[in-house]
Amino acid sequence: MIYLLILFPLTMAAVTFALPSNRWRPWLVPVAALGHLGLVVAVFFQPGDGAAVSGLGGWLMLDPLGKVVLGFLSVLFFLCSLYAPGYLALRSDRPNRVFCVNLLVVLAMMTLVTLSHHLGLMWVAMEATTLASAPLLYFNHNARSLEATWKYLLIGSVGIALALFGSFFLAYSSLKAGLESTLLFDQLVQVAPKLSPQWLHAAFVLLFIGYGTKMGLAPMHTWKPDAYGEAPGIVGTLLAGGVTSCAFLAILRVWQICRAGAEAGFAREIMIFMGLLSMAVAAVFMVRQRDFKRMLAYSSVEHMGILVLGVGIGGPAVYGALLHLINNGLTKGVLFLSAGNIHRAYGSKVTDDVRGAIQRVPLSGALFLAGFLAITGSPPFGPFVSEFTIVNAAVGSGQFLAAGLFLLLLGIAFIGMGATVLAVVQGNPADHTTDNDYHDSIATSAPVLLFMALVLLLGLYVPPPLESLLREAAAFLAVKR
Amino acid sequence: MVQLLDPLLIVALALNFVALGVSRIRAVINAVALQGILLGIMPLFVHPEIGLRGILLVVVTIGLKGFVIPRFLTHAMREANIQHEVKPVVNFMSSLLLGAVGTGLAVVFSYTLPLADEHTDSLLVPASLSTVWTGFLMLTTRQKAIMQVLGYLLLENGIFLFGLLLLEAMPFLVEVGVLLDLFTGVFVMGIIIYHINREFASISTEHLTELKE
Repeated sequence: MIYLLILFPLTMAAVTFALPSNRWRPWLVPVAALGHLGLVVAVFFQPGDGAAVSGLGGWLMLDPLGKVVLGFLSVLFFLCSLYAPGYLALRSDRPNRVFCVNLLVVLAMMTLVTLSHHLGLMWVAMEATTLASAPLLYFNHNARSLEATWKYLLIGSVGIALALFGSFFLAYSSLKAGLESTLLFDQLVQVAPKLSPQWLHAAFVLLFIGYGTKMGLAPMHTWKPDAYGEAPGIVGTLLAGGVTSCAFLAILRVWQICRAGAEAGFAREIMIFMGLLSMAVAAVFMVRQRDFKRMLAYSSVEHMGILVLGVGIGGPAVYGALLHLINNGLTKGVLFLSAGNIHRAYGSKVTDDVRGAIQRVPLSGALFLAGFLAITGSPPFGPFVSEFTIVNAAVGSGQFLAAGLFLLLLGIAFIGMGATVLAVVQGNPADHTTDNDYHDSIATSAPVLLFMALVLLLGLYVPPPLESLLREAAAFLAVKR
Repeated sequence: MVQLLDPLLIVALALNFVALGVSRIRAVINAVALQGILLGIMPLFVHPEIGLRGILLVVVTIGLKGFVIPRFLTHAMREANIQHEVKPVVNFMSSLLLGAVGTGLAVVFSYTLPLADEHTDSLLVPASLSTVWTGFLMLTTRQKAIMQVLGYLLLENGIFLFGLLLLEAMPFLVEVGVLLDLFTGVFVMGIIIYHINREFASISTEHLTELKE
């Protein structure tokens, strides 16, 4: 069963590759996504404990943490896939074979990351997501997307090479301690107290920088504005919601080993510092940002910062961070897809040209505005709940400085982002920008509405099964085994 | 057998300097390819009782790092019709100097590292750190996209050297996966290089400056 989760999307990728029709091929993506979602649901409700869902002699295992990320990814991908046929129909001039195939390969590799309990295997899967998503960025085949793809590929590969170096250090720390060297996650957590502290220390730094690059934490975020700025909206959603969440999961796994070992305090300090730094850098660059897609990239940097900050603060904030992972990903779906629609309607993504989106494309404009309110933490949307949980935990555990800075930076981001978003949405569209025949249709708006509905739902009410799953995952992270 | 490892490592280190000091891209590709072959045979010296899977790994490593990837890069170079790195950000003399300083520091630094007893005399750790450093130098100071890919390859070679200390921990499947990722990575980079060349009639990354704040 566990193998099917990975093999099914790969098989569908092969089928997609074989299908000759440019017109019908995009429809295979939602079909594959629905199948994946079905498999995930089936695995979740499989009887027996977690160990029942494992494979390759313990290399693959579905633990509570993996469940949260996998379930979220599957929903995210499904909603994105609904957008694909409508979007690709608008771009019928471009061949979409590579695009559709790579979407499914990315899904398979993200699934593999969530299931990996071997740090080497996880590394291979993580690098594979980078490689499979690079052609997605280059979909538009122009000079700007070329530059973005090159930066993404090179910075991502180098970053992740450092993560491999860190994984080796981790294995060496057990060798140095006189134990058998291993990269199996469960064994490492078990022997963590005995691991050589110096090597563990160095391993954490390298792994954090490596996977942090993939997550897009400042100051390793430089590829992000270029990549998200040039990528089609659907790819932006997958990267900002999916791939970065996988990298966050990788960091959580490493953190868990450090926590069980002697490095908990050090790791937490780094995470709080890097989290706040990412938020600060993002806030600075969001102010007066004229390009609204680049602005979304900085918003992603900000929210990646919030995730590691939440884990660094600890306690109930870990639950908040996991909830925020879901809220952020879904809200990014609203923002990237509606921004993509606005971009299409105006043929531009800078606020000099784009004005009055709410008149030109009423639905996308309204959703973009609502998505902005949600992501900046306004009630009654989901991110408000998760951010509130994190602040609450910080204040409750006496970390007033972190809590104060967190609120201050959220405020700056709200103002910076608000100026750009309002410039896009309000006003009257200039005459020359309305001669393009794009209009909101069901195909390109319904998936965005679904994303928005989920964001609103999570703001009003976290369903008990989800809540218990998140609690389980937070407990799984907290346990010292 | 194990005594032969250090001379091999010294040759591999010397190749780092070749890669840093010459402008002919062909020469750099050859240096990196030769280093790949040396790296490929090293597991035989580190763990003499290596078994069938180890032999297979040796063959795959040599094949990919020594032949397939260099062939592919040579092809990309011809396709793009460039032979030289013309103006690196840091000139060749200074690159060599930086490389030498880095290698010296790597040696000194490895003596201070808390290595396991059986590794304290080995050149593996300094060679690994120095090669990683060389890779970073190439990545940051060269403007031609192919040279940056070669820098990335050197970086991976350096990490591979460290991995030799832990051959037992890295199962066969993962090793092959890492190599496969490396190959696919270079392959995708090669395709992008081809497109950069077509778009700008040059593969210098100095043209890639449109996206900034």
